[in-house]
Amino acid sequence: MKRNTRRHHYARRRYVERLMIGLMRGALGLAALALASLLLVILVRGVNALSWAMLTETPAADFYLGGGGGILNAIVGSLALALGAILCASLIAVPGVLYMHTYGKGTRHVAIVRLTLDVLWGMPSIVFGATILTVLLWLGLRTSLLAGILALTLVVLPILARTFDEVVRMVPTDLTQATLALGTTRLELARMLLRQSMPGLMAALFLAFERAIGDGAAVLFTAGYTNTLPRSLLDPVASLPLAIFFQLGTPFPAVQDRAYAAALILTVLVLVFGMFGYLALHKLGRHVIR
Amino acid sequence: MSLLHESVQRSVRPALVPRRWHWRTWQDRVGHWAMASLAWAIIGLLVAITGVLVLRAGGLLQVYPLSAIVFGVQWQPLRGTFGMAPFFVGTLLVTAVAMLLAVPLAILSGIYLAEYTRPRTRLLLKPLTDLLAGMPPVVYGVWGVLVIVPLVRDVIAPISTGTIGMLVPFLSNPRSSGYSVMAAGLVLSLMIFPIITAITEEVLRAVPRELREAAFALGATRWEVSQITAFRAGLPGIIAAVVLGFSRAFGETLAVLMVVGNIPRIPPTLFDGSYTLSGLIANNYGEMMSVPLYERALMTAALALLAVVISFNVGTWLFLTRRLQIGGSQ
Repeated sequence: MKRNTRRHHYARRRYVERLMIGLMRGALGLAALALASLLLVILVRGVNALSWAMLTETPAADFYLGGGGGILNAIVGSLALALGAILCASLIAVPGVLYMHTYGKGTRHVAIVRLTLDVLWGMPSIVFGATILTVLLWLGLRTSLLAGILALTLVVLPILARTFDEVVRMVPTDLTQATLALGTTRLELARMLLRQSMPGLMAALFLAFERAIGDGAAVLFTAGYTNTLPRSLLDPVASLPLAIFFQLGTPFPAVQDRAYAAALILTVLVLVFGMFGYLALHKLGRHVIR
Repeated sequence: MSLLHESVQRSVRPALVPRRWHWRTWQDRVGHWAMASLAWAIIGLLVAITGVLVLRAGGLLQVYPLSAIVFGVQWQPLRGTFGMAPFFVGTLLVTAVAMLLAVPLAILSGIYLAEYTRPRTRLLLKPLTDLLAGMPPVVYGVWGVLVIVPLVRDVIAPISTGTIGMLVPFLSNPRSSGYSVMAAGLVLSLMIFPIITAITEEVLRAVPRELREAAFALGATRWEVSQITAFRAGLPGIIAAVVLGFSRAFGETLAVLMVVGNIPRIPPTLFDGSYTLSGLIANNYGEMMSVPLYERALMTAALALLAVVISFNVGTWLFLTRRLQIGGSQ
């Protein structure tokens, strides 16, 4: 009798193990299926409408009714917005994070900064857009490239800072202590940390760029939308996510097809920058002391 | 400090004290000041955003009581009624569907990636979450319109209506257009899946190997070991991952806007169209200038999003640092 219950016990545990493995594989399989369908649909629907003109021309006057032209304005606009945003964000994030690991290490202030960054990371980007819009209205300004950059900076700042934070945390304690033992100031320690975490910083920058290019909600109110290329920081500017959104919203199938092509362009851009980030981490990371 | 330094310089040997010492302390102080002010600026940004939204939303709260805004079901800005209950309910329903679908699947996947895979298999599976995490929301929206909406319309809604919908009217709608709470929930669940999976996996990888070895030595199966690593040692990290996923789902704008149908009423079933707070803000920015109080109503919606995200994050942080006695920072 006793042997029987024991065998039953083992059988049950083995059964649970198998069941859980099955469930876990199923979960991953489902996600893989969804990803495959996403990539396939974007590729198949996008390739049909993709043309050289899409990439190299700005929209003609009747573009949104099915006329000629391309979305060069949105491509250039998105790149300008994302580039500006990661520049601004890194000016705050890089010194701020280095502060968290040198002068402010272990203080309450730093714990609160980390919490703030986590809150900002979770914040819907539309909230940033709405806030910047309110400030624009107060100042009596129009939508512009500059305002879009500011809104995107808020989106990208926590991503950049928290990713960089994790990278700097990976720097071995021995290295920090060896540096301080040489009689360095904490500013010089920060320089050592920066040099040591450079590949990680590059990866974080590419990740942030990827996010900035894909975020449409923050630029919806702030950057506006035009059919021309941006001339100055104070001009409104088009962006790829909004180009996709607006074209999909029209009732004409030809224009909707171009939305799919624009989605393909955006996906490819994001994948390329994601790849750069991966390469930065793994190829440049060879010279890091571990 | 500098007094001592000067006396040393005068009395002992000038050569012992390098000339650059002064320059370096000066640099160090300026660096300290500049970097600290930038770190404070990060906190200042959040305070400023909250301040701006409170100032703008305050105007509406002076005119209408809070209860009329939160529980009112009539959204007619042209007549001056700003009941936001449909948007609150829509947002909560969409988020709930997304979380119910994504959280179990993502945690299971995270455990599998951390505990079950060999390095080579992991190298093959890792791009799955990385690719999904990198996709822009609007691309998810396009996918939702092309794949999920027809799927809900032609497959999920009829099947649900025919089976479980017989018992639960909330899940039965024979004439669903596909643009529905369900479609938005499905799209969002795929969006937050990689976030939760990736963080879960990283957290579990950080669990010390000795813990696993001890459990294996006691004869535990791999799943029993995973239960210990995931739901005991790794619990704080997994909670943080779920909260981040929640924040993302709660405030996602464009992807949801494209598939949820945008009908400002409380949805009678999961397969009916609805409207979210973020969608409300995004859709009305063009026309809000002409109607008085309209902009303030939209800012109130933004403030609601902000308040929920802040309270969720701070609440989790307090729970993790105080209750579980695990440092949230280091």
